[in-house]
Amino acid sequence: MADLFDKFDPMIRAREALGFEDSSPIDVVMEKVISPTEAVIKGKRTILAGTNNYLGLTMDPRCIQAAHEALDAWGTGTTGSRVLNGTYTGHKALEAAIARLYGAGHCMVFSTGFLANMATIGTIAGKDDVIIIDADSHASIYDACKMSDATIVRFKHNDPDDLDKRLRRLGNGSNVLIVIEGLYSMLGDKAPMKELVEVKNRHGASLMVDEAHSLGVFGETGCGVVQEAGVMDDVEFVVGTFSKSVGTIGGYCVSNHPKFEILRLAARPYMFTASLPPSVVASALKAVEILGSEPQHREKLWRNARQLHEGLTRAGFNLGATPSPVVAVKIDDRDMAVRLWEQLLNNGVYVNLAMPPATPQGLNLLRCSLSAAHTEEQVRTIVDTFERLARSNSVLSKPAA
Amino acid sequence: MSNALDEIVTLIAPHNRKGVAVTPSTTFATHLEWDSLTVMDFVAEMEDHFDIIIPLNLLPDLETVGQVADAVNELLEKKNG
Repeated sequence: MADLFDKFDPMIRAREALGFEDSSPIDVVMEKVISPTEAVIKGKRTILAGTNNYLGLTMDPRCIQAAHEALDAWGTGTTGSRVLNGTYTGHKALEAAIARLYGAGHCMVFSTGFLANMATIGTIAGKDDVIIIDADSHASIYDACKMSDATIVRFKHNDPDDLDKRLRRLGNGSNVLIVIEGLYSMLGDKAPMKELVEVKNRHGASLMVDEAHSLGVFGETGCGVVQEAGVMDDVEFVVGTFSKSVGTIGGYCVSNHPKFEILRLAARPYMFTASLPPSVVASALKAVEILGSEPQHREKLWRNARQLHEGLTRAGFNLGATPSPVVAVKIDDRDMAVRLWEQLLNNGVYVNLAMPPATPQGLNLLRCSLSAAHTEEQVRTIVDTFERLARSNSVLSKPAA
Repeated sequence: MSNALDEIVTLIAPHNRKGVAVTPSTTFATHLEWDSLTVMDFVAEMEDHFDIIIPLNLLPDLETVGQVADAVNELLEKKNG
């Protein structure tokens, strides 16, 4: 007789075939967090090089203090939706702070970044509209498209000419929502923002940029790639998350659209879920203030990113993109990627193991993400560990004697 | 009525790693063993070849080569309408 779970058999077999000796990525448990860049895993002190904690703010004393105060004053949770009993003073203050950061007229805060995409993309484009997404978009963007009644079209990753071609085939651009990301999380490659905006404007379409991995990382006040490219006024919607640079959880969308606020009554992933707990809101608010006003964290992050990128390049690794806080090491052989990932962990370096279909072009990646909280010495240790293990596994040729 | 079938079979050939004999009843998932990403990239290739838009919304209903050819024929007729 058929079982509901029979459909997962190919996935179960694929996972078993990966050949982890001891622990697989889903078995990793942080037994103790020592700092934003160090934790105890399997009883061993480990450098964290795959946490998306770009500014290291998870343990900033000011963010912790703000969370403590909110917890004491407002309790552990709101137990309600934003449209019922779940809007506190803090939620409004956070929305105002993000709107101010972007110089935008409106901001909505959501309970996760995933929900921010579901709520905006899935609601803004309806039955008679078209959504065009970059082919390498995050799962939350693909799933938001599934939720929408719009016609879904995909364009070639980071290719303005391909976008132009598809917009031309569609004809009228006024009911088209283009969705791209600022920095793509797997390879760490950046969108050609100016060129994409130029195509968008020419066709009269609207543009949404997901700055999940670029908030706090790019731009003068950390707004993201749209700010760095100088096109803030040309982008209709920016979405992002608090679970990376902001160091907690939640999502947001900013816009100047005059009717934007109606989404509070139309977007189901906003209405039918509980709002963020007060302590989360308070630490997010503090972190947003910090990332907007203290560029030194961003500068440190970029120094670390360049150091890691240079070190791994010099060692002979094949990397996913030019330097950014996401540094992805390409490993041709899947079994070797698995083995190296596990050996890195056993040698005190945690990175992300990423494989198809989560990666583009069928790539196997040992994905690192940097933090402003990494020390120069930690980055050196990451490079050295990568190099030593890759040589002992003959992924890199032995150094000249 | 245009017929895209032959051209689609030609477009499939370079991606036919298993060397499967392609007929209208060939399925992408089971026979050709393509994953969802390969299918989406192939959609883009067909879009450029025929100069049409094939919305991703259609994909759940397009399991066989024949079904894809029918959908493309329909889109071509609409375009040249």
